[in-house]
This record gives sequence, structure tokens and C-alpha cells, in this order.
Amino acid sequence: LQSRPAQSETACCALRTPPAPTSMTHYNLSHLEQLEAESIHILREVVAEAARPVMLYSIGKDSAAMLHLAKKAFFPAPPPFPLLHVDTGWKFREMYALRDRVAASSGMALIVHRNPEAERLGINPFDHGPRHTDMWKTEGLKQALDLHGFDAAFGGARRDEEKSRAKERIFSFRSASHRWDPKNQRPELWSLYNARKNHGESIRIFPISNWTELDVWQYIHAEGIEVVPLYLAAPRPTVERDGLILMVDDDRFPLREGEAVVERSVRFRTLGCYPLTGAVESDAETLPQVIREMIAATTSEREGRVIDRDGGAASMERKKQEGYF
Amino acid sequence: MATNARTREIADHAREEVDAWFEASGDKGLLRLLTCGSVDDGKSTLVGRLLYDSRLLLDDQLATLESESRKAGGEGGLDFALLVDGLAAEREQGITIDVAYRFFATERRKFIVADTPGHEQYTRNMATGASTADLAIILIDARKGVLTQTRRHSFLVHLLGIRHIVLAVNKMDLVGHEQARFDEIVADYAEVAREIGVAGFTAIPMSAKLGDNVVIQGPNMAWYQGPALLEHLEGVAVGGPSAGIAPFCMAVQWVNRPDQDFRGYAGTIASGRVRPGDSVTILPSGRTTRIARIVTADGDLDEAGTDQAVTLTFADQVDCSRGDLVAAAGGANVADAIDASLVWMGEAAMVPTRPYWLKLGTQLVSARIARVDAVVDVNALEDRRGFTLRLNDVGRVRIDLDRPIAALPYAESRALGGFILIDKATNATVAAGMIGSFPETAAAAQIHADRIYWAAGTDEEDRAARASRLQARLGLGGRSAFVLGEAEMREGIGRDLGGDATALARRAGDVARLMSRAGVTIILAVPVPDGFSVPGSIVGPEADNARPVEDWII
Ligand SMILES: Nc1nc2c(ncn2[C@@H]2O[C@H](COP(=O)(O)OP(=O)(O)O)[C@@H](O)[C@H]2O)c(=O)[nH]1
Repeated sequence: LQSRPAQSETACCALRTPPAPTSMTHYNLSHLEQLEAESIHILREVVAEAARPVMLYSIGKDSAAMLHLAKKAFFPAPPPFPLLHVDTGWKFREMYALRDRVAASSGMALIVHRNPEAERLGINPFDHGPRHTDMWKTEGLKQALDLHGFDAAFGGARRDEEKSRAKERIFSFRSASHRWDPKNQRPELWSLYNARKNHGESIRIFPISNWTELDVWQYIHAEGIEVVPLYLAAPRPTVERDGLILMVDDDRFPLREGEAVVERSVRFRTLGCYPLTGAVESDAETLPQVIREMIAATTSEREGRVIDRDGGAASMERKKQEGYF
Repeated sequence: MATNARTREIADHAREEVDAWFEASGDKGLLRLLTCGSVDDGKSTLVGRLLYDSRLLLDDQLATLESESRKAGGEGGLDFALLVDGLAAEREQGITIDVAYRFFATERRKFIVADTPGHEQYTRNMATGASTADLAIILIDARKGVLTQTRRHSFLVHLLGIRHIVLAVNKMDLVGHEQARFDEIVADYAEVAREIGVAGFTAIPMSAKLGDNVVIQGPNMAWYQGPALLEHLEGVAVGGPSAGIAPFCMAVQWVNRPDQDFRGYAGTIASGRVRPGDSVTILPSGRTTRIARIVTADGDLDEAGTDQAVTLTFADQVDCSRGDLVAAAGGANVADAIDASLVWMGEAAMVPTRPYWLKLGTQLVSARIARVDAVVDVNALEDRRGFTLRLNDVGRVRIDLDRPIAALPYAESRALGGFILIDKATNATVAAGMIGSFPETAAAAQIHADRIYWAAGTDEEDRAARASRLQARLGLGGRSAFVLGEAEMREGIGRDLGGDATALARRAGDVARLMSRAGVTIILAVPVPDGFSVPGSIVGPEADNARPVEDWII
């Protein structure tokens, strides 16, 4: 018999006798298990509270991890929301292939939205610079959300990606015109999320906010999640342009004068529109090798505990060539 | 062929290496911590150095740091503070000084640091950062010693339930690395800690700028024998011996019904452990059932525990939905009023008697602040009188709820004792609250009375038989009950009453009330004197045969 002591006798805590220590008992979960549980909790909160949730699926590794978490959160049911891919028409071919395969096997609906205005104007990454991203991605996303009346959209952003993201809430509100107001964010305490929206507002939810890039890779490795093969090194047709190594993925890639297509062993750290995504020269043909390159690059410089004594400095050099953007 | 074999060899080698690394970090725990300090105490420098010196800073972050340090025109060294946002830069960008989360890892642990710079909104931000932290680093500038701010930070950290405190006495290089100065500061802080009720803390003398005692000991303070900060962070044991002892509780987030055959209740376990076959109560309704399965995508589990996200199925079709709490006996209190501490976070002051939404676990109820018992002066650590709470005020209040919720005192459970208040008009989160205790109210008494039965009857044997029949029936309905017999009462806790029947009944009622509040259903086989009013319901002879079993399945 586990009886709880009477509460009424303990008058409301006097100032000098504040609460006894709270027990923070993590059931011996590893950090990945804790991150997984936190993400699942977030996914379920949204589904319970939102009217029309959707998952933004960009086909990258973060999306892959997020989708896997969603499958776990709602098992044995399929995740009770559709996937939304805001397409530009310029993704790598291998990305489209994986997208269609993943959608088919997930039991979820896949919505592909392409901004008709951008389509009509023939907006492309070669001729239109930043307008390409603005119209296809930013405008396209707003259109898709408005068109379908989605009030909550899951995104795979992480706080370690960028300084401003480090401050973004897990439940991040957007005005009716889809604007983020960083000055007016709701405090987020414990794992209590206030999902109540004002008229016209929608929410972006980032279930993997607290994951780092390495966590995501470690999880993909541990869970055997399928990712686009472009993350692994392979000989690919490439062109060097403005300090980036670009892959010539199809015949829409216009070569400039003096440029030649060269086969290089490359992999990608992030995936987007192929003419805008720089590759890294690498021989890492397996996921463990990719992870090793990441760890090697981070450890070799300072600690003197080199996992890869030969590759460490070279990998750093490659990093610098890539030009961080 | 030869190159293929060579390639395969490299790949295998990499796999082995990564597997070994993952395995080594497989048991790696997660420690969430909070840094508190006044402007210029060296917080950014400290966090930046931890990020940098820990082995897993990614190369892109490193490249950025190098280029930014060059841009900032440092004397060639790396400016660690640049790894985290500088205050000035934030102001320029117009981003509110706010909680930011940083990440670093060693082979032993992954760390999530809640970083709350600046004075503005300080209480609000600190409370937010502290709500999820297991440990707090309280920074002190060795030249300045313990300040009013230090008390304030310590009070909030303690209020939010953090019990691991590190007193980081920074800038030791500016006080000649002197032990006497360090000892003096530690003695001053011990006094503050005692006033607040902090049970213990770990003091470390350091220089964030030079790196002494942050990651490695360094040669400058040979008199200090303790661990460097990182070593302490890697080793400190969070999660105490109470793991597994606390009764099982899980708030239902979402009911999973893919088809007619499956009905699962999804949630994150707030405390305790659960196994298939365990009997549980659904609160606040008080219905009972047993756990049939613990379903996860990785297969059914034999047992699940605190912090795990699971889906439970029940042995019976009981009514259960989002907002309900699945709990072991004694798992939680059911109450329609709470006494709590509030940290006010809204721009607009609290309006007494106005209804707010209260969210606790997955429960959302309408709530009113019935009265403000005290407004705490966080700097002086004194109570003031007050009728409202303004932004960044801390107060103690009585809150009335429009319907009962299942909860625990914050000191026992963050997940079931911490809540937020939401403004009904603007939907803004306006306060964070921590339950101190549950006042006894009429409604609470009535809720508990559902769990109390008195077996009526002419003699002791008659009552005992009726009680055991009732117990069996309740058991059929999946509801376990405890029988308290007359002899046990008279010879046990009622021994001093000398056969006074009224006193005996009164005491039995008191016991029943206590036990019912702990979630126990109790059957009292004790005579009830005429005209004596008892909590619960009296079960007479007509109940023995007349009522079908279904009636007892509540
Ligand atoms: N001498 C010395 N200076 C330090 C130390 N830690 C930080 N500082 C300096 O104190 C100033 C404020 O540090 P910063 O990290 O920006 O403080 P914050 O406002 O608390 O984040 C900077 O000029 C730092 O270089 C230390 O241990 N020794």
C-alpha cells in the first residue's frame, strides 16, 4: 500500500521552506532515447491539439529522422497527417526517387506543391538568383499551407544549425501572413506547449529542435533509416564554380566557358536544389565513414585524440575549400 | 580487384571504429543545465569554452569561430564568447534577449545548456531555462563576490526544483588565484544557500578566459583539489534513488484508434514503472483497469519507465481520453483547488478572479486566482503583501479550478506539478506555476468519497461477509479494494478509544479519507451509529444479490 501523506496539513510552502528537491529520474535512457521520447511527445501534442497538421518533408536527413519519429509516435497507426513537399523542380533526381518510395511505404498522403506562378515565369536557379528560392520555396510554402488550410506544420530544423534558431521555440507561431516575430515568442516551460492559436495564426513545430547534426546521423545509423545516397561518396559528374563543387545532375545545367565536367568522388552534407548545393570531396562511401569524417574533423584539431590521423587535417582542408555558407 | 578489397577494408575499418564509438557513447546520458550570471561575469566565455573544448564541436562551427575571431580583431586567440551570441550583437539584430539553447557533448554525456543572458526579462527567462534543467551553474565574478543577483538566481533555481548547483567562482586570475578570496566567497554563499534552503552546492574556482578548472585543472590553483567543471558535469549523478519507487503516472496525450480492434493510449511516462498486468486507475474519474500491453514501434515491452513515450492498452473497455491520468494506486491527487507558486510572465499584470486557462500535463481547465497569499521579494528574500502579480514577480496563490484535475506537488513531480497559465483573450502564456499543496475542498472530499464504502449489517460477521462480497465484486470490475475490519480498527488504530462507537466510526472515516485521497478504494466493516454522517456510501443487505455486477464497474 503506497499511501500519499495528507496534503492539507502542509500549509502552502513558507518562503524559507521551499519545495524539496524534485527527483529527475530518467529511466536510464541514453541521450538518443531521451531525445527520441521528447520528439515523440511533441509530435503527439500537435496531433492532439491542431485541427489540420502537416509534415514538411524536404527529403533530407533531418526530414528522414523526423518522419521515422512520427511513425514511431503513432504506431500502429500511420502518422495521421499528410507529407508536404514544396518542390522547385530542381532537386536531385535521387531525391525524387526516394521521396516517392518513402511516401508510398509510409501509408501517408504525399502532397507535392509547385508554385504555379514560378512555373509560369520559368524561375530557375541559373537565371534568377535569390528569386528562385523566394518564389519556389518561401512563396510556395505559404501557398501550400493556405491552399490546404494547414494550421500546424512540422519542420526538421535544429537549434544547433544557426544562432537565431537557437532561440526559436519548439512551437513557433506565424502570423496570418506567415511572419515570425522573434520578439514575441511564448515562454516554453517543462514539456508544456501552449498550442492555442489566435485567428489566422499557424504554428511551425520543430520536433528535433534539441538534436545536433551528430545526433541525427547517429540515430539514422542506429535505426537503419534510409537516406538519399547522395550523402555517401561516389564518383559523380561535377563542375567547379565560384568555389563550390556542383553536380551536373541533368542536361539543364548550362556550362560556362572554360568549364568542364569532371568526375570526382563527392558527397553532400546538405541537400537542396542541385545547382545550388555544394559537394564535399570525400571517399566516405558508407554511413559510418561519413560519421567518422565528421568526428575526425572535430576531434583532430584540439584534443590530440585523432581517430583519423591521416584524414583529419585533409578533411579540415576540404571543409575550408567548400567555403562555409 | 586489389583496390576493391582495399576499399572494403577501409569501409569495414570505419564501421568498426564508428560502432565502437557509438557503443562507448551508447550509455551516454543527457544532462540539461542552466547558466546564470550577471552581465560580464563571463558566462558567454565559459559556455563558449565548454563548447570549444568538448570534443564534439563540429568543424563548420569551428571554421565560423575562427573567421569571426579574426573579424572581431582579437589578438590572434579565439574569442570563445563569439560561439554564443554576444549581447551587443543580439541588440543590434533586434532579437529579444531570450533563452537560447546550446549543445555540446563529450564521450560520457551530451549536454543541453539553457543560456539566459541579460537583465531584462531575467526572471521569466531564468524560470523557462530552469524548468527543464537538472543542474545550474551560478557564476560569480571573484572580484565582486556574492551579489544581490546571486541570491535572486539561487532562489529561482531552487524554486524551479534544481537540486544540483555549481558555484563557479570565475576570474580567479584577477584576484591573484588566491585561495583566501575563494574561501571567503564560498562562506558567503553558504549563508545565502542556507537562507534559501539549498541543501548543498559544489564550488569551483576558475578562469573561463584562461581555461583553468573549466576542462582541465591548469597550473595556477594547485591548492584546489576538486574536479574541473567539465569533469564534475560529466560525473554528477542526476536522478536519485527514488527512481522506480515513485508510483506510476502517465498523462494520456492521444488515443490511438487505427481500427475497431485497437485502442491505445499514448503518452510519456511521468514517473514510476509499468508492466502488463498492473492495475491502474484513470484519474480524475477513478475508474480502474489493468494494463494489457505496452506497445511501441520496436515491439511490445515487458516494462517501461519514467520519460519513455509509449502506447498502453487496457484489459477492459474503460472510458479514457486526452487529459486523463493513468496512475498506480496512490499515484496522484485529484483536486479542484491548488496552492501554488507563480512566476508571472505576462506583459499585463495578473487580474484576480479573472479566468485563465491552466495547462498541466495534458489537462486544460479554466482557473481563477482566488487569492494572493504573498508576493515574494526575490532580492531581499522576503514576503510582501500584494493583490496582483506583475511581469517577473513571484508570488504564492490559491487557484480555484472549474473542474478537478489529477496532479502532484511540484516537489514530487515536475511533470505533474508544474503548470502554465494562458490568457484566454490573447492566448499568451502568462505564468508558470508550481503546485505546493492541495487544500481540502468540498469537491475534493466528494471525489474521494467515491472510493469509500461502509458495509452495513447487524453484527460483525454479517458486515465482514458483506465487505468481502463487495470486495470480490469490485475486483471483478477490475477495481481492487482494501477492507478494514472492525477488529482491526478496535485493536489497532482505535485501541485508545475504549469502545466508543462514534469515535471509532469517526476515526475509520478519517483513515478512509486519507487512503481514498491516495487513490485507494476502501471498504469499512465498522458499525455506523445512527445519525452519524460518514464519507462515502453505505452498502446494505439489498446490495448483496440485487445489483448486477455491471453496476459495480464504474
Ligand atoms: N581575466 C578574466 N576575464 C574574463 C574571464 N572570463 C571572462 N572574462 C572577460 O570578461 C568579459 C565579459 O565576459 P563575457 O563572457 O562576455 O560575459 P557575460 O556577459 O557574462 O557573457 C570579457 O571581456 C571576457 O573576456 C576570466 O576568467 N578572467
